[in-house]
Amino acid sequence: MMNDIITALLLVLGSLFCFVAALGMLRLPDTVIRMHAATKAGTLGVGLILIAEAFFYAEVGITLRVLAAISFLLLTAPVAAHLIGRAAYYSGIKLWHKTWIDQLKDHYPSGGHPEESD
Amino acid sequence: MPADTSIVVIASRFAIVVLLISIAVALVRLIKGPDAADRIVALDLISMLIVAFLATESIYAGETSFLDVAIAYALIAFLGTVALARFLMRSPQRKSGNINNKEAKTTNDE
Repeated sequence: MMNDIITALLLVLGSLFCFVAALGMLRLPDTVIRMHAATKAGTLGVGLILIAEAFFYAEVGITLRVLAAISFLLLTAPVAAHLIGRAAYYSGIKLWHKTWIDQLKDHYPSGGHPEESD
Repeated sequence: MPADTSIVVIASRFAIVVLLISIAVALVRLIKGPDAADRIVALDLISMLIVAFLATESIYAGETSFLDVAIAYALIAFLGTVALARFLMRSPQRKSGNINNKEAKTTNDE
């Protein structure tokens, strides 16, 4: 019974975080800011739902698989976000008009290709 | 499968509905995203939401093998995201650096 309550709570919480991620994807103003919503809130939502599954079944095999899935998610989400962000910057995305720190601008002033210069 | 009035069943139904709405909202960004990078980010989020959906479905249907599907899907989705990012990296550069939305639109519409 206790496990059921925890499962239900984690499911509702996780799905709401996923919804926040999708909402941020729709409403936020530019690519890198959208990436922030997708990566952080999305990872948290998926992780909470997977933990809910571990609580629901309460078996060793399921819990191990859930732990493997979560650790894989935590390893790959930042890598994927970094790759997309780098590719997006060098492909010349338009930054938000209120963005006032752009430290890469001086290093690649003409949007040069990083793999040609190193 | 738990009894029909169980709190887990209600919660998983709620979660399934919310996740499907989230996927639909992310699809809007996938369709109208002005740049190719926006579409890749949206696709990444959608694949993440599908993993969450598969986990919820596994609880709702009482079928543990959906969890294996979710893990395999997460692996393949990561590979797809990396491949798309590499593709974006190698596609022809725009001359004007950061600001040229109009040109971005014409390049990415094919």
